Amino acid sequence: MYEDERPNPDALLAAIQKDEKQKARGHLKIFLGMAAGVGKTYAMLEAARQRKADGVDVVIGYVETHRRPETEALVDGLEVIPRKKLEYRGTTLEEMDVDAILRREPDLVLVDELAHTNAPGSRHAKRHMDVTELLEAGIDVWTTVNVQHFESRADTVQQITGIRVAETLPDSILDLANDVELIDLSPDDLRKRLAEGKVYTPERIETASSNFFRVGNLTALREMALRLTAERVDHQLQDYMAIKRIAGPWKSGERMMVAVSASPFSEKLIRWTRRMAYNLEAPWLAVYVETAQESRQETREQLARNLALARSLGGEVVVVSGQNITEALLRLAHQRNVTQIVIGKPQHTRIQAFLRGGSLTDHVIRNSGNVDIYVVTGDEASEGRSQRATLPLPTLRSPLRKYVIAIAIISAVTALDLILVNSVPWLGYQAVGLTELLAVLLIAIYIGRGPAVASALISALSWNFLFIEPRFTFVITQVQDIILFFLYFAVAIFAGNLTSRIRLQEQAARYTADRTLALYTLAHETATARDMNDVLRAAVDQIERIFDVEVAVLLPEGDQLSHSAHACSTMQLDEKEQSVALWVFQHGKPAGRYTNTLPLASAQFFPLLTPNRTVGVMGIRYRRSERLSVDEEALLETFINQVALVIERELLDEAAEQTAMMRESERLYTTLLNSISHELRTPIASIKGAASGLRNPTSAIDRETLIDDIESSADRLNRLVENLLDMSRLESGRLQIKRDWCDVGEIVSVAVQRVDFCAKDHSIEITREPGLPLIQVDFVLIEQVLVNLLENACHYSPAGTPIRISAEQAARTIQISVEDSGPGIPPEHLDAIFEKFFRLPGTPTGGTGLGLSISRGLVEAHGGTITAENRPEGGMRFIIRLPLNGDAPPVREAAL
Amino acid sequence: MTENGLRVLIIDDELQIRRFLRISLQSSGYHLDEAVNGSEGLSKAAQLRPDVVILDMGLPDVDGLDVLRQLREWTQVPVIILSVRDDDHDKVSALDAGADDYLTKPFSTEELLARIRVAVRHSLRGEETQVFRAGDLQVDLTRRLVTLKGEPVRLTPTEYALLRLMIQHVGKVLTHRQILRAVWGREYENETHYLRVYFAQLRQKLETDPARPALFITEPGIGYRLRTQS
Repeated sequence: MYEDERPNPDALLAAIQKDEKQKARGHLKIFLGMAAGVGKTYAMLEAARQRKADGVDVVIGYVETHRRPETEALVDGLEVIPRKKLEYRGTTLEEMDVDAILRREPDLVLVDELAHTNAPGSRHAKRHMDVTELLEAGIDVWTTVNVQHFESRADTVQQITGIRVAETLPDSILDLANDVELIDLSPDDLRKRLAEGKVYTPERIETASSNFFRVGNLTALREMALRLTAERVDHQLQDYMAIKRIAGPWKSGERMMVAVSASPFSEKLIRWTRRMAYNLEAPWLAVYVETAQESRQETREQLARNLALARSLGGEVVVVSGQNITEALLRLAHQRNVTQIVIGKPQHTRIQAFLRGGSLTDHVIRNSGNVDIYVVTGDEASEGRSQRATLPLPTLRSPLRKYVIAIAIISAVTALDLILVNSVPWLGYQAVGLTELLAVLLIAIYIGRGPAVASALISALSWNFLFIEPRFTFVITQVQDIILFFLYFAVAIFAGNLTSRIRLQEQAARYTADRTLALYTLAHETATARDMNDVLRAAVDQIERIFDVEVAVLLPEGDQLSHSAHACSTMQLDEKEQSVALWVFQHGKPAGRYTNTLPLASAQFFPLLTPNRTVGVMGIRYRRSERLSVDEEALLETFINQVALVIERELLDEAAEQTAMMRESERLYTTLLNSISHELRTPIASIKGAASGLRNPTSAIDRETLIDDIESSADRLNRLVENLLDMSRLESGRLQIKRDWCDVGEIVSVAVQRVDFCAKDHSIEITREPGLPLIQVDFVLIEQVLVNLLENACHYSPAGTPIRISAEQAARTIQISVEDSGPGIPPEHLDAIFEKFFRLPGTPTGGTGLGLSISRGLVEAHGGTITAENRPEGGMRFIIRLPLNGDAPPVREAAL
Repeated sequence: MTENGLRVLIIDDELQIRRFLRISLQSSGYHLDEAVNGSEGLSKAAQLRPDVVILDMGLPDVDGLDVLRQLREWTQVPVIILSVRDDDHDKVSALDAGADDYLTKPFSTEELLARIRVAVRHSLRGEETQVFRAGDLQVDLTRRLVTLKGEPVRLTPTEYALLRLMIQHVGKVLTHRQILRAVWGREYENETHYLRVYFAQLRQKLETDPARPALFITEPGIGYRLRTQS
């Protein structure tokens, strides 16, 4: 079934994304060879020198010349970044210094031997990860590799040459490379070079030429290298065609699936699948079916390694749980439209297969429907190992203690039966058998499978010996007793097995329920918590409890990661761990224990990732020494994602708040500008008009009038400026109150004096209660408030009407009232008038609209209140209440 | 009243301020010198020996307070400082450091001329005032007699000391600290509440309308001034 001629949109997107990604990254060029000595490093250095001559800034990150003179000659003249020295168990090892290269920021760096494994203590476990980091920093990298180092080729190479390849690279590196140059040499030429001592120093030539450098080997390797390059070119061609929308021979929609187990044999299956999928242009899944069986630490680790391998080769890893492996595999296959399944050849003997009703392979084949099945062979070494892992015998995991208890129970039951048989004549050996069977079942439920089987064995034998005729011998005379004996044994074993399996299932179910509950609890708490601190605390609690770990959360400060962990963290971080956390934050990838980056750290660090950015880092230190199971890791990942989402939500909330605030500021700003521009222009116009008017000949009276206008306009402008300054000081929070003992009556007098310009139109009556206590306030500011109120009263009440200002004491406050006989204010606006720029509809324009707002700000800064009310007789009353905090110390006559 | 031949030195960097000062003062008969910055001001003060110095506190090159202090190192010439509204603290510092009076920008020419007259009068005065008269109030300092509308007024010794201090500096502003030190002593220089109480008492006894004082003027944030009639 072929799709139509239009280019596959997914493929297009992937190609475009790859293109875009590559532009920001550095350019990676791989010099590929079939074996050591073909001249990869030489070619690289030659090309690099040419680039340098062209003006490119080239440095050497790490080049291994193997003391070959011609290569060394080429190094001469290129800048070499000194290697980093690491101490390990008494020896000094040298590795490439990534930080130095990053600091140096060259255009191009040469890094030899991409597949190299770094010494312990290096930042990354493998050199190709160092290279990835350099590329991400935008530095171009040239490197060399032999074909034997690629994962998918590793076992083929081993088969051909007999030499196990230790250092491997994931195939995805090839996809990352922008350029792959094959350094090809015919096997004969290479052998000649070897003989001439141009490859290895003379001592090693003999062994090399007879082991690795045999013609057959070299030819095979050469073919592999050529094939690899050809495949890559083919792929590039596909990409190119995808981008140019050239309809090519698109492959059909195949999808492969490989069944992965904890056996080392799975590695080969995975690699095989990858190669197949690559050739078929098909996506592939690696599936692990988790059953209720307990697993040992080593099998868990092997499984994790297998799954990691699948991931690194580009497969999608899926973990499903189920009782029946076949059923689970096929169900998933149908869900995901898998067209081909890869499984291993059956390893059990026929008898085992028969007992189980057929091997897994048989089951799968039989029920596969229209899905193709590939059955792949393992090799002997892995077969042997895996056999041990899959035998149905009970694992010898239960501690000795449990066996002792089981045997004790059986012995007790047997002893009891002995007594009963001897004392109760009609109690026969059949009843005894059944009681012993019951005991075995109980042991299976409460103690474990191993002890149950052991006690089944013991009880059967003791039953035979002690109870079946003839007693106290192992001989059984009656045929039916023989059958009974063997049946008993079989039933005991199977029943024991079954009950213990049920128990395990029940445990698994309970575990799943716990996990689900934990996840639900976390989701619930994070959804309902009001505060990020609460959320983080809840998450840390949960994670700590469920996984038995110590947790640290680090949040960003601006663009950087904070140096100290969040308060809810339970783990302390030392400096080294902090730098690991920082690395994780910057690169968005996990690091630390159980990862490939900085694996010697004691804790593991995960980036808290959201689609937009990294919102923090979580560090986890395991209290137990064993690694988490695949399941637990998946759960942990879910938790971490949840935490990341919550943090992102908080950050977005903050951002929204700030945006709202900014918008409000802008609104005020606009209003202010509008209000002020009018207020400013009026007196300025007046001044300009009057001043220019004075140039003309005018009468003395007119001159006086114009001059008065200029002066009063100047005063008005001055008041406006003072208003604005007060406002800005209040808003910016830079207001400083200088409290000092003041007489309120005095402040009132000064304020009235200041507004005497409006005293022409209004009579101002001052009432001061005698004996008012002194109050600690800022004289100037309170005076300002009173001036504001008086000015308002003057402005808004008709000329000729009186204004009254009074000061009195009420309980522990001083009360100052300003009353006018103006029109008053509608009750609904009584509070609104204190807002900035509020203008009563219908009032004459004039004034900035800030006076009352400033007054309120100043009064409240003193801890007082200011309110407005309508007088029953008509007009406004403003009341200021200032708290009396303490009494002034008494005064004394001077000593004269 | 015109003062003839008195020299005024203006130290201000603003051209327009200097201009209107020049015009106003010259029309009142003063002789004017100008300096645009602190150092020029100091050298001209030394050279020209003015009778009054008007010093702007907002000079660009140096703190007005420093100029004042340097002046006071060798001359007691009256200094009137020009400042802006919010600078209470600086005004008080300047007055405590020896400035005679202050003006807040924007100010009118009348105010300036009044201040200059007061400052000059105090600097020229040979003998002490003997009798002070203002409206209905008469104070005979030689006989320690205070009368309002002819009727004697009883003042406590402290109130009298305060009154006498203000009379001795009539027309000039005195800072809280200066008043407290002079009447009560150094230890009391921060006890502002004394002044509130005592001035209230003086106003109560001596002012026609204590709520609208005509004599004892509060200079908010700075101190007090006994208003002169002229």
